[in-house]
Amino acid sequence: MNLLLAVALPFLGSLALFALPNHARDAVAGIAGALALAVLSLLGLSVPAVFGGEVVAIGWPWLPFEGADFGFRADGLALVFALLVAAIGVLVILYARYYLSDDEPSARFHAFFMLFMGAMLGVVLAGNLLLLVVFWELTSLASFLLIGYWQHRDDARQGARMALTVTGAGGLCLLGGALLLGRMAGSFDLDVVLASGEAIRAHPGYLPMLALVLLGAFAKSAQFPLHFWLPQAMAAPTPVSAYLHSATMVKAGVFLLARLHPAIAGTEAWFLVVTLVGLATLVVGAWTAVYQHDLKGLLAYSTISHLGLITMLLGLDTRLASVAAVFHILNHATFKASLFMAAGIIDHECGTRDMRRINGLWKYMPVTAVLAIVASAAMAGVPLLNGFLSKEMFFAETLQIESHAVLRVVVPALATLAAALSVAYSTRFIHDVFWNGEPRGLPKSPHEPPFWMMVPAAVLALLCLLVGVLPAATIGGVLEVAAAPVVGGALPEYSLAIWHGLSLPLAMSALALAAGAAFYFSLQRIYRLHDHVHLPRGGKEMFDALLGAALAGARALSQAVAPTRLQRHLGLAAAAFALALAAPLLLRGLPLPWIGAVADAAGTGTTGFVPPPLAVLVWLLGTLGALGTVAWHRRRFTAMVFVGLTGLVVSLVFALLSAPDVALTQILVEVASVVLAMLALFFLPRASRPEAGRLRGWRDALLAGTIGLGVGALSLAVMLRRPGESIAPWFLANAIPGAAGENAVNVIIVDFRGLDTLGEIAVLGVAALVVSMLLTGLGRVRTSRTPAAGVRPVLLETVGPVLLPLATVVAAWFFVRGHNEPGGGFIGGLTLALGLLVPYLGRGLDWVETHARIDALRWTGGGLAIATLAGLGSFVAGHPFLTSHYFVGELPLLGKASLASAVFFDFGVFAAVAGATLLALTALGRLEAR
Amino acid sequence: MELLLASGIGLLAAAGTWLVLRARTFDVVLGMTLLSYAVNLFVFAMGRLRVDAVPLLRDPALTPSLANHADPVPQALVLTAIVISFGMTAVLLALAVRSHLEHDDDHVDGSPR
Repeated sequence: MNLLLAVALPFLGSLALFALPNHARDAVAGIAGALALAVLSLLGLSVPAVFGGEVVAIGWPWLPFEGADFGFRADGLALVFALLVAAIGVLVILYARYYLSDDEPSARFHAFFMLFMGAMLGVVLAGNLLLLVVFWELTSLASFLLIGYWQHRDDARQGARMALTVTGAGGLCLLGGALLLGRMAGSFDLDVVLASGEAIRAHPGYLPMLALVLLGAFAKSAQFPLHFWLPQAMAAPTPVSAYLHSATMVKAGVFLLARLHPAIAGTEAWFLVVTLVGLATLVVGAWTAVYQHDLKGLLAYSTISHLGLITMLLGLDTRLASVAAVFHILNHATFKASLFMAAGIIDHECGTRDMRRINGLWKYMPVTAVLAIVASAAMAGVPLLNGFLSKEMFFAETLQIESHAVLRVVVPALATLAAALSVAYSTRFIHDVFWNGEPRGLPKSPHEPPFWMMVPAAVLALLCLLVGVLPAATIGGVLEVAAAPVVGGALPEYSLAIWHGLSLPLAMSALALAAGAAFYFSLQRIYRLHDHVHLPRGGKEMFDALLGAALAGARALSQAVAPTRLQRHLGLAAAAFALALAAPLLLRGLPLPWIGAVADAAGTGTTGFVPPPLAVLVWLLGTLGALGTVAWHRRRFTAMVFVGLTGLVVSLVFALLSAPDVALTQILVEVASVVLAMLALFFLPRASRPEAGRLRGWRDALLAGTIGLGVGALSLAVMLRRPGESIAPWFLANAIPGAAGENAVNVIIVDFRGLDTLGEIAVLGVAALVVSMLLTGLGRVRTSRTPAAGVRPVLLETVGPVLLPLATVVAAWFFVRGHNEPGGGFIGGLTLALGLLVPYLGRGLDWVETHARIDALRWTGGGLAIATLAGLGSFVAGHPFLTSHYFVGELPLLGKASLASAVFFDFGVFAAVAGATLLALTALGRLEAR
Repeated sequence: MELLLASGIGLLAAAGTWLVLRARTFDVVLGMTLLSYAVNLFVFAMGRLRVDAVPLLRDPALTPSLANHADPVPQALVLTAIVISFGMTAVLLALAVRSHLEHDDDHVDGSPR
């Protein structure tokens, strides 16, 4: 449980800190520090168990169907890492309190900082691969926020964006790798994954999985050639760099390699890729670091180099190399965090980080100087400091390569070279900053920082010294516990001592120290290092070019598949549809046997091979309607006649095929649509202008023909096939016992699938509102024809007023009987709307409004409200939404009627449909009335 | 009968597609109307064609089953679909009117480029 709290606390703290005012920086830092300390002590609760060899775990089902639990797990590696994260977090928070100035929003800083700490603890303590990936992504996001903390600065924003892009892309790779890995292991549970190394390595998908996981880890740990984002991230405030870019975030990559080591390491591919990438990073980072004039730039490249060293150790894949890797992770975190803090102090007190200007600071800040000297000596691998120990183990391991003749020579040689370079840049950090002449034109006069600002750096420097002098007593036990899960078995024999006798590794160390120092001083004296500016090229330029190309590509692609011209857009969609329909034909050839089957089946269809004459007549009329619409589409009133004819035929088809409700609805909607279109034509040209380009017409005809043939064939294929299992029998069987309705269609609409209907009338209401909104606020409308002012049709003028009450009665009748006979809310509502429409056409809008007093808007909204309330009503009875109740009885005149509570819902449908239809129809009328 | 309906659906789909690809707004509305006929008939046909099937559960002697009655599911689906396509037609018409009044042109892109 303490693990969950330890991860949750920083997240909760982050939220709380956001609420605090930015200027209360003591309070903010105090709370953040207290939280970090609390996390540290919570983690401490697990120390006895874990150091006793147990694995502490806690978990809850999270996505059970995917086998992902929400759980945390602490073995030696995880706990030691978590303690490191929390402990350095405490020190950095103390440091940041003095680093940030008064006018900077410190609450925001610490809120982001806590967010990051929680995410990092989550990565380390996750007991499940998927959970680990989630927290991994969170660290990328939180680091984006932290790097971009000085959001007014261009370089901060760019650096943050680049870090997010690179590590985020790596995170995506890791997600893929983790999914593959979980599949191979049969579970995402870390215990299972770590125990299934054999099966994973033998799996055919091992290599792709390894590639994805390594990409994720390398991007995070800034391994060559993905290292370029880390120097750009130095635009972050220095406490952020000290925490993220030395001790934690970049360490997440090497942590992952160590974490999964028992599961995925131990193959030739692992050895070659991880070792060589690590080696390249080690050398390139060290070489570049020497030439940096920016203090933080030097530290950034040295961090890259040291991460390469750790990666390489994990790649070497001997048990002792893994121990050395864990050891160096801990050592590097201490001395690098301390160095960043020193760099921050120097920057803070001098106003610049340019090593060509800050010289001779020994005189001005001796305490800081001593701390920095201790930490850089550790970085250089000077004896009596922690860096020396792990570096010597590293040298020893490079000599253990047996398999490859070339690597056996090259790796130790390059390792010594890199070590020499690391001595060179460490020497530079000391010599160039604290000696080498006097300060040149500093913005501030340097002096020692506040006492408490030095404390964190001092603690870390002291640790470097303690571990370096008394390794077995201080770090021995911790290392043993932390390295055991990486080795995945018994730890090898090793001794943590400063003196192992005269040996080859010792000679390599000595050579590196001498050569490195000599190299640096000759650079200064002979090469005049300060006169040369070496901007590392390649990474950033490549990144920018890639990003630009990706954006241009995306723009071109979206222009290609979604052009802004409607005709081309719809043409593409139609072409895709035609292709999908034609695909079976193109892939399998002409289905001759199928055509035969159709011929056979046509004889056994509904009505046999020869359809009844009525059906043929209807078909002919429909064909006439469709073709007429196309042929006369330019003469719009004529085209409307043909469309109307087609609609009537469709309604006739429904009626013939035993669907009276659908036929009624179709005919009513048809009338409403035609009237609406006629009204709209008052404001549109009466005829279409002919289009330019004859070719387009033929091309479209080809497309349309393909689609028509395909759709027709598809319909026939379905209709001649025996129906599959349907839900219809259930509806039929339950319509009367369940909902007291004899009209199963209406019962489905208002009862069984009431929620769908609620959605549909809402859509209709919204559509009507959109129509109404589109046609208001247009100002004066220019139109040559005004329907209201013109001649009124005598018949409509006379009949309209009579029809209105009649239509109301019919609408009510349709509505009431709907549950048992064709009718219902939809049909009743449409009838009412059309009944009002006739007098409107005959006598104008004003007459209807004074005589009928229907506010279409209110009806629409009211209908929706009634339907919803009818649904909510069942809550009162303790039933789920839209449950209906009923009783059956006889009503005078109307005959047998059953009153189901669904009738209230249906009344809502009735009102909403009537209102929406009227709203749409009168919107056009209002347009001309003005 | 199946052949008639299938060819009818195909014809409506073809005519609708061709009209939708025209450059004038009103033609697109016509096309969408024809297309929605085709789609509604297609969905309806999923319940297979039944002539003279009993649509209501009136006769207590008939067991409520698919053998004795018309399939209510596609009917309910199509009924609501018809109403929704009316809403869509209305929106398209309003858009067409608005676009024409604003651009003084009834090209689908506002004005041809």
